[in-house]
Amino acid sequence: MKKLFMALMLVWLAAPGRALDPPADVKAGDTPNDEGSSITVNWGRSPQDQGDATAFQGYQILRSDNANGPFAEVGFVIGGKTDFRDNVEGHRSYFYRVRAVAGPDTSDPAAAGPAEATAQWFDSSRTNVMILTVILCFLIIWYIERAKKGEELFIRKIQGLDAVDEAVGRSTELGKPIMFSFGLGEIKDIVTVAALAILRQVAVRCAQHGTELLVPNWDPLVMAAAQETVQQAYSEPGRPDLYKEGNVSFLTSDQFGYAAGVDGMMLRQKPGAVFFMGYFYAEALLMSETGHSIGAIQIAGTTAITQLPFFIASCDYTLIGEEMLAASCYLKKDPQLLGSLKGEDFVKAFLIIGFALMAVWGTVGYILNNAGNPWMMNVFQAIKSWFMTG
Amino acid sequence: MKKEIPLAITFITGLIIIVTFFIPHQPLGTMQQRLLLWYSIVLGFTLLLGMDSLLRSNIQKIIRKSPGWPFALVLILGFLGTMAAGIYTWATSESLLSLGSSFMYVYTYFIIPLQATMFSLLAFFIASAAYRAFRARTLEATLLLITAALVMLGRVPIGAQISHWLPAGAEWIMEVPQMAAKRGIFIGVALGTIAMSLRVILGLERTYLT
Repeated sequence: MKKLFMALMLVWLAAPGRALDPPADVKAGDTPNDEGSSITVNWGRSPQDQGDATAFQGYQILRSDNANGPFAEVGFVIGGKTDFRDNVEGHRSYFYRVRAVAGPDTSDPAAAGPAEATAQWFDSSRTNVMILTVILCFLIIWYIERAKKGEELFIRKIQGLDAVDEAVGRSTELGKPIMFSFGLGEIKDIVTVAALAILRQVAVRCAQHGTELLVPNWDPLVMAAAQETVQQAYSEPGRPDLYKEGNVSFLTSDQFGYAAGVDGMMLRQKPGAVFFMGYFYAEALLMSETGHSIGAIQIAGTTAITQLPFFIASCDYTLIGEEMLAASCYLKKDPQLLGSLKGEDFVKAFLIIGFALMAVWGTVGYILNNAGNPWMMNVFQAIKSWFMTG
Repeated sequence: MKKEIPLAITFITGLIIIVTFFIPHQPLGTMQQRLLLWYSIVLGFTLLLGMDSLLRSNIQKIIRKSPGWPFALVLILGFLGTMAAGIYTWATSESLLSLGSSFMYVYTYFIIPLQATMFSLLAFFIASAAYRAFRARTLEATLLLITAALVMLGRVPIGAQISHWLPAGAEWIMEVPQMAAKRGIFIGVALGTIAMSLRVILGLERTYLT
């Protein structure tokens, strides 16, 4: 019995079907939409590539600049994958071979090439972004032009921004300073630029009332911009003498070190109002709860969605996402700036209608698809994939 | 000219960034990364500015004996101590991050525990903020309380023991109403960012130039 089993094993191992099959239909071509520095190699899975990583390891990719070799290994991808991106020199021909690898066995190589990497002048995968950006920019500029012609534009009330004067006034009455924090935002973050507009407004009011303004910073570049903004704002009502450079200072670039520094300043100097405007991470709640514990009026504004619930829980007013970005338009009431908000609102309305229509279309399409009529579902999937490309 | 030149630089740079997003061909393809590299270099130099600000304001506090000046003294001593440890490690070891070096000692036994202490405080602050947010004084706060209770119960093992509907319900709340609200804010932020960027590029928003 034992001999019979051994004989059967030998026959099975020697059978022609045991040989490892190479990947099928190997193709090498320029990687689309790149700067001309890579070639993408694609292939069909080897019949032995069945998803078992212990039995089938993957594919070995070899490259040469000559069809006859020598070929050198440039990469190895695990089983199940069917493409490889190879970084190469542009405008030079390359030949590829792909071999399947399963344990000690290696298949015959499957060849592809020649292929050449070339640069593209337009990233076609971003056509959707371009079209939507052009539409959005057109609408914003169009409304700005309408505003320039003197058209009256309505802007809804934003309580958090209306409360700026109240917060500064209360602090002044109590004889307490005001604190302003940008969080961990950098100057390249658009939300920090928006926060500078709010800082300017706060600083003007502080200068008018003679109230001390403290601006501890996490980023030295933001500190430099804040110093300029506050200095300029103090000059506007004719009180440049009240500006103290030391009040707009750098603390540290460490997240929790910054939170500890701000908390310490709050507990020692007891500001009457605290503004949290910019981008925040886990330090948001550490600072805003400390501000709440000292009884300060707190106004927060951020585009960091994860921190919004914390600010809503611990602050008196919170500017949610886009309200923060609209602050400069709201505070200045400049018609051109308001025009840009109007254009933004128009796109938002267009998107809301689009989403509602697509939701109805997708639901009906799903029902019809189950009834054997897939055309609506196909259209839905096509639109969805167009939006998701790039 | 004091305003026109910065506005022109902003306009041209903004335009380049937008155009390079759609054009992968050199030299535009890597322009965005290059500009970010320049930004990092500038940022490195501004750290000196930050250091100057930090030291100056704290030294002034010590000299004037302002309220809380001992904290300023601790900060200055900490700064000098860390810098001394860094210079000593740099002079005597292969790398600043060499295990057993004096700089790593400061990092491991001072900075990490201090960071961990601050982060740990978050748990207590979450509890106090949640207590205020979940007080059922209005209909909205009551709904928030019920929803939060369902989500919290659905995400711990005891929730599944009470009812198998709880984990499914918590998942539905997170995936449908919560996600819808979050995406609404995301879309608003994205549109607001585009509009704000356009205002900056077109020179309508000039706060950063003050």
